Order: sequence, then C-alpha cells, then structure tokens
Amino acid sequence: MSTLVIAEHDNASLNPATLNTVAAAQALGADIDILVAGAGCGGAASAAQAVAGVRKVLCADNAAYEHQLAENVSLLIAELGADYDNILAPATTSGKNTMPRVAALLDVAQISDIISVESADTFKRPIYAGNVIATVQSSDAKKVITVRTTAFDGVAAEGGSAELVAVDAVHDAGISSFVGQEIAVSDRPELTAAPVVISGGRGMQNGDNFKLLEGIADKLGAAIGASRAAVDAGFVPNDMQVGQTGKIVAPELYIAVGISGAIQHLAGMKDSKVIVAINKDEDAPIFQVADYGLVADLFEALPEIESKL
Amino acid sequence: MKVLVAVKRVVDYNVKVRAKADGSDVDLNNVKMSINPFCEIAVEEAVRLKEAGTATEVVAVSVGDKSCQEQIRTALALGADRGIQVETEGSVEPLEIAKLLKGIVERESPDLVILGKQSIDGDNNQTGQMLGALAGMPQGTFASEVKIEDGKLNVTREVDGGLQTVSLNMPAIVTTDLRLNEPRYASLPNIMKAKKKPLDVVSPADLGVDLASHLTLLKVEPPPERSAGIKVESVDELIDKLKNEAKVI
Repeated sequence: MSTLVIAEHDNASLNPATLNTVAAAQALGADIDILVAGAGCGGAASAAQAVAGVRKVLCADNAAYEHQLAENVSLLIAELGADYDNILAPATTSGKNTMPRVAALLDVAQISDIISVESADTFKRPIYAGNVIATVQSSDAKKVITVRTTAFDGVAAEGGSAELVAVDAVHDAGISSFVGQEIAVSDRPELTAAPVVISGGRGMQNGDNFKLLEGIADKLGAAIGASRAAVDAGFVPNDMQVGQTGKIVAPELYIAVGISGAIQHLAGMKDSKVIVAINKDEDAPIFQVADYGLVADLFEALPEIESKL
Repeated sequence: MKVLVAVKRVVDYNVKVRAKADGSDVDLNNVKMSINPFCEIAVEEAVRLKEAGTATEVVAVSVGDKSCQEQIRTALALGADRGIQVETEGSVEPLEIAKLLKGIVERESPDLVILGKQSIDGDNNQTGQMLGALAGMPQGTFASEVKIEDGKLNVTREVDGGLQTVSLNMPAIVTTDLRLNEPRYASLPNIMKAKKKPLDVVSPADLGVDLASHLTLLKVEPPPERSAGIKVESVDELIDKLKNEAKVI
C-alpha cells in the first residue's frame, strides 16, 4: 500500500498545508511519497525531503508545471498515480482546482475535504456548510482525496531524509496558460496558519475601518479575516474571506467583530479553540457559538482593546 | 457563440439542515428547495454574455428527477433560451454528473460551459473540473471575472493568495465564485414567458452513460455542538478572561 501526497508549494518552499496532508496520509497507514511538481522547484523538493515520515520525494521540474495549471498537472498526477492506492492533496484552491480532474482521468470518485480517516476506505467530511458530518465509504480501488488541513495536526517539517527521485514526464496539454496574478503581500501570518485571527464583518461599515483591527492584530500576532458580507461589499479583498466557500480556519483564538454569524461564516471558523464575538446586537447568532461575547459598539471597543493589550 | 450552463436543485441556503434521527441521511422533508446560489451566478453570467452580444444562445441543463425542471424554468426566467433535463433518480455522484454533462457537451457543442464552483448541499467542488478532464477542455475555476479576447477566454480566479488570471483555449469551462456578478431577480412577465420556452428531457441511456456509484453514505450526524459561552460586561473583563481563564493571549 502506498500514498502519494501532492505538495502545495511556491517552487522555493513548501506550504505548511502539505504537512497537514501528510498527517492525514499517515492515518491511512501506507508508505508516503510526496510529489513536488513545479519549475525551478528544487527548494520545495529539498524541504519535502526533510518532512518526517516520507519515503520518497518525486520532483517533476518543468516549465509546464510552473504555475500549477490544472490541465497539465492533473495529467502528471494521473500518470504517476497509477502506482499508488491513495492520492491526497490539501483542500486549498490549488488542490480543489486540480484533484477532481485527476479523479475523472482515473475514473474514480473524489472524496472532498475529509476531516478524519476512519479506515482505509471510510472517511468523515462536512456537508451542508458543516451543519452535518457525513461518513462515506469508497468502493474505488484508488482513492483521490482532498484534506481539510485544519482537521489534522501537521507532521514535523524536519527530521526526515526522503530519497529524491527526478520525474521526467512532461505533460503540456497546451490548452491553457498563466497570464498573471495579484497576490496580497502582508507581514502578518497567513490566515489559515495563524494562531490568532481577528475578522471584521458588515458592521465595520467600510474598508478604512479595518485599520481598527490592524493595531490589535499587530499586538496579538494575528491574521486579519473578513466575513463574506464584508468582501461582497468591497471593504476588503477575497483572500480574506472566512467561511464555507472561503478559507477554513481553526486558530487558538478567533475574534469576530461586527459579524452577525451566518451559517456560511460559522462553517469557516467554528472549530476555533476560543471564539470571541464583539457585536452591538445582543441577539446576533454569533453569540451562540462564542465563548466570550461583548455586546458593544465596535468603534468604542476596538480602540479600548488595542490600548489595553 | 453557444453557452451551456448547468444548474442544480438544492436546499435553499437559508434552511438549516439537520440529520435524521436514525442518522441515515439528512432530513429534507418539506424544506424549501432552490437553485444552487453558485449556479444562479452561472446563469446570470451566461445571460449577460448574451445581452452583450457575445453569446447567441444560452442552454440550461440540470441533472435530476422531474422536480429539477423547476430550477431549469428559473434559469429560463432569468434569460436562458432553452432547457435540458437529464432525468435521473436519487442522488447522483459528481463524477457521474460530469459524464452526463459530457454527453450534453457532445450533443450541443457549446463554446463555453459555466457551472457553479460547488453546490451548497454536498460541498464537493468537483463537477466542473471533472467535466473539463473528461471533455479535454481547459478550466477557469472560482472565477471572479470572465473576458473573451481574440478567441481566448481570460478568467480571473479567486485563489488562496489573492487573484490569478489564466488564458484558456475555447471551448472552455468556467466555475463561478461569489464575486463574478450579482444575479438579477426574474420578473413576473419573464417567469410567464419561461413556461413557454422549450425544455427537452433526455435519459442517461440517450447520452450513452451507465450510471455507477463509487461512494456509500454510511451515516450522517450533527457536528460537535459548541455551547454558548458567557457575555462579558467590559473590555477589561474580556481581556482578563482571555489572559487568565482561556490563556490564549
């Protein structure tokens, strides 16, 4: 039995989501190899070699894989996947983009967003925005799976010494190309990996007012998130959205400010260890999941919190 | 240019779904059903392409039992020209839906297929990508902007780090994210007109697809409940609790 984990990386380094995915792979109990597909991706491959508990790192270094275009990378994974019983990727936008193509090429189902491994063929996953947890059993010989990274504690990034194997296969479907990207640059921790997250909602009233969250975020080493309402209203960009169809976070401390607590938002943060809600509406549903609720005007509470931290 | 748009009948997004007492499935008795919100965005985008003169025909397709004709009529009321129902019974897995849609793509030869990025029942986020692989078409998933330039489809995608733009050969697949557009409401005259628009019914056999099942639902259960905590009276109390009780700051 063997499992192939698809690395999430930027060619130079490995994204921590890969470590969570390896942890899910360990629960399957098979030998684990990691695929690093990219261009000039030696740095990411070296990092993958150091990951604890990995047998081999397959490195496919070619211009066709530089931007992780799903049309190309899925052909590579489907070819390499012939030798594996399980193929796992993190349920990031990259994993979600590529893996269903892999599953279709292999004529098997994909099991999306698993939160636990019950046995080699049985998994739990949230459905209906996390209002229900489904236990599903796969009858496919080969399992294609995406992993909800917050549900698995990452394995150690150091301590392994996996063998490096170069993969020569080049798959360029020639039907898509990368044009450009606008990636948010921030000194703050990444939203899905931050120990503390402070998020603003419609109650923030505009994008400028998100500055009120920044001072607190700086003091707590927090990432800043937002509800769908705040993103839809154009206050802040999409990469800040926490929720069913945005990012799933589970920090030690989640502070929801001016967020009413729609089901779709709760789906993205209710596994946080401690939840604080600040809202002037004492009947807001967010208080039903909050460990500590403060009924207050956020424009008064936020500066006070910042000054007292 | 012909646009094919896929729509799914799902539980309305305002309904809080619960597991049945015996844990066999979710309880969908007497709940309101609607068009999946992401599919609604897909229909809107297709209709806008037609209004802009880029698309000449918009075809709405849905896979399901007869009741999904209601959602096809919704798409027709929003501006699609005709509908196709692929008649199936019970739940159909994403891979099988993708195979059925591939059959429709072969019949209709659309230049563009628009689907929602995920349905809010299964939250799978698979069908569009699977259709892409099966039909050999490129994909622009999680789209927030779609432009056609020099015969190519430029799609701006919402990715974890921000936005990414890809250029796709056509025919191509787009799956919609929330910010692609704001769907209109169907007007009463358009709802009436939609009743007269053509709606074909085809079977999986007509499309040469033998439906299979890969997954068995063993159990559904509610997630671990979070109990409501306490209300604090002041910022001082909040900071004290976080420091000394929860010990998270």
